[in-house]
Order: sequence, then structure tokens, then C-alpha cells
Amino acid sequence: MLPSDPDALVEAALGGDRRALARILTAVENRTPTAEAALRRLYPKAGTAHLVGITGPPGSGKSTLVSAIIATVREGGRAVAVVAVDPSSPITGGALLGDRVRMQSYAGDADVFIRSMAARGHAGGLAPTSTAAAAVLDACGFDLILLETVGTGQSEVEVAAAADTTVVLEAPEMGDEIQASKAGLLEVADIVVVNKGDRPGAGRTASQLRAMLVGSVRAGRVREEAKDDRPRPKEPEVLVTTATTGDGVPELVAALERHREGRPSGADDPARRARAAAQVWSILGDRLRAELEGGTRRIATAAVLDAVAEHALDPFAAADRLLASLRTTDG
Amino acid sequence: MTDVRAAPARPLKVLIAKPGLDGHDRGAKVLARGLRDEGFEVVYTGLRQTPDMVVTAALQEDVDVVGLSILSGAHMTLVPKVCRLLREQGMDDVLVVVGGIIPDDDVAALKEAGVAATFGPGTTIGEVAEFLRSNARPRG
Repeated sequence: MLPSDPDALVEAALGGDRRALARILTAVENRTPTAEAALRRLYPKAGTAHLVGITGPPGSGKSTLVSAIIATVREGGRAVAVVAVDPSSPITGGALLGDRVRMQSYAGDADVFIRSMAARGHAGGLAPTSTAAAAVLDACGFDLILLETVGTGQSEVEVAAAADTTVVLEAPEMGDEIQASKAGLLEVADIVVVNKGDRPGAGRTASQLRAMLVGSVRAGRVREEAKDDRPRPKEPEVLVTTATTGDGVPELVAALERHREGRPSGADDPARRARAAAQVWSILGDRLRAELEGGTRRIATAAVLDAVAEHALDPFAAADRLLASLRTTDG
Repeated sequence: MTDVRAAPARPLKVLIAKPGLDGHDRGAKVLARGLRDEGFEVVYTGLRQTPDMVVTAALQEDVDVVGLSILSGAHMTLVPKVCRLLREQGMDDVLVVVGGIIPDDDVAALKEAGVAATFGPGTTIGEVAEFLRSNARPRG
């Protein structure tokens, strides 16, 4: 039996016990007290893995590509983990997590770990606890962590904040130049992959994407020369893969590596800094709310919310009043 | 990373796998979909899984239930092997259920091997869901 004590679970997971690791991930998903205790121990040990987001429309081949990436990376010996997210039903809360169907199980290879997660009502493409799950896997020694999003549309850009390197998949003939020019998902890509490269039109789709992305690259260079410090558009590489055969996958893995090496480390990396901030603000927000909705403040908080519902108080004044109520020591 | 202290009720997590070589996955797919509609989180692994693959998936996903769908007649070989591998991994608390064509004469032996229930043709999704809710032990 697994220990229920968080410290013992963490020790086992760090020692290579995959069941203990799986149980910690369950605790993280379910946001139990074990999860917080484990994450407090594991976070300082994380921070060395390469977090790669894989996103794109449903059916573009994300899971198949993830499987092909695992095969290529394992040839080099690095340990790989996957967090694959599928949507939860807004009606029943249930989910069908089908990403493993496209992935070989790598049964018997302890250096491959695949975990499915339901989005549980979260809308950004990942699950609310995906970043925390990645930190656990990172601490347990996985060098490459692939975060596979739900099938995305045009604006689920959350993965770009969660990952060091974001790969956006496109399928051939999914749209014209105007589609490639729209704001959103393509803009957050560090690497754009046209998958299903054996289909007619793959080369043309890649050329169109390159042609359209050149414009934003040029805009970025102009701003750089002008010392314009507004955020600059990225300069994504556009690659063609056929995940089912593995064609183009070694080139993709090499591109991932190049992107990883080109990044500043620690707090100098704006993406890492932003991710750290987002995590802390999110926890702080949850805790503020718990503080205000719990204990002796509960009734006073409810009265403020009622006043807003009755339009007797505006929401800004209400927020100010609630913040002020936290400063009183007798709360 | 949202606050892990805020704890909502969690759905049960079920692995639906088809070990062995028969290609009849209609039942497994219908059940996977049906349990989704019953509010379960269902991990579906697809066809032609070896017992090793099933147990690896169950372990990594930390599921509460393993549901095996077999129509090939190989259940007396495959099911006890899955149960034994689960036990070897210390996963005795995972509920194992089997669906498919299981002759009545084999049911006792399968239960002996560690199977909690077998579901034959005519079983409703609601019956399966009810059994899992009453018998699975949620974790984490």
C-alpha cells in the first residue's frame, strides 16, 4: 500500500516510485491537502525540465505527434513525461480521455510517464492544475515534459504561459492566408508544425504560413531597431511532420532543443517570470477569497455581495471594502 | 497553479481497456462514452492492449477502476494476468470489472482471480455506473 503521509509519498516519488508519483498527481488534480504539502517539498527541486506545449485544432494529430516525439527523444535517453488534457463535460462533469489511444504505452519503460487530465471546466486549453502537475513531474526527474492541450480553436493561448516552448499544430488545407494572419493561437507559437505532411497541400500550407509569418517577423525587427519595448511578435520556425511515420520528427526535436538553448535562465526568462507570477497571483486570489468567505468574515462578506446584487454598492467599492476588512485584526 | 486547498468533489476515474486481439471495440466505446455521461472521468486506451500495457496505464493514471472488455474468449488467460500484475504493483485496491461474453461457468474463477463483477450482454450503462459508484474506493 502507498503511504498516505505526504512526506513519505514525496520521498517515494523522488526515489522513482511511479505509483507514488501518480498518487501525488491525483492529489494535485483533486486539490487535496496532500497536494499542497507535496508541492511545497517538490517545487524547489523543479525548474530544470523543458516544458513544451503542444496545441492545435482537434484532429490535427497532437497525440500522435506526442507519441512520435517520445520515440525520438527516448533514442537519446532523456526521460519524457506527458500531461494530456481532454475536455470535461459541462453537463455531467464526466470526461472521455482518449489521448492514450494514439500513444504507444511504452509499458516497461520507467522513463516514459503519460498522464491524462480532464479540463474540469477550465477553458484555456489546459486543466487548472496542469502547471502544478508539470512541476511534480519536473521534480521527479523528467527532462522533457509535453503539455498536450485539448483541441483548440483560435484563442486558447494559455499553454504559451505554461510552457517554455509552444508548438502549434496545423493540418494541411485548414485555411488560407487570412486565417494565418488572424491574431491568437499562431502568434504564441515558437514552432509551427504542419502535421499530416503526407497529405496533399502540406507543402503549400507550410509556404503560406511562412509567408504570412514573415510580416510579423519584419514588424518585430523594426521595433527592435527602434528600441521599441512593446512586446515583439515571435519568429516561429515552420516545420512539416508526418507523425504517423515519424517523418520530420527528428527535425522538430532539434528545433525544440534550439529554442530551449536560446532562452535565458531563471527569472531572466520573461516566460518563466510570468508563469511564476501567474501561479502566485492565482493562489493568492483563491486564498483571499477563502479568507473572506470563511470563519467570522463570512456573514459580513455575504452582506457586501448582497449589496452589489441590489445595486446599492458598486463592485469596485465592494472590493475596496472587503480588502479593508482583511486589514482589521479581529477578523 | 491554483490553490490546492480548495477541494471540490472529484469524479471517479475509470480505465476502459481491451486486452487481447479481438477487434470488437463497439461495446468498450459505448461504455466509455456512457460512463462519461454518468459523470466519470474515463481513460480509454483502445484495442490490442497487453496486460502490461493495461497495468502501466492504470498505474500512471491512478485510476479507481479498471474495466476490461473481452469478446475473444481469452478472458481466462488475460484477466487473471491483469489482476496478478495489479497486485504485484500494490494496486489491490483498484476495482476490476469485466465486460463481454463471459460464460457463467467462468465467473466464479474470475472472481477468485480478483474480479469484482462481470457484465454480460444486456447490462445497462446505469447498472455499471451504479456498481462502480457503490464499490470503487476513491483515492488521492
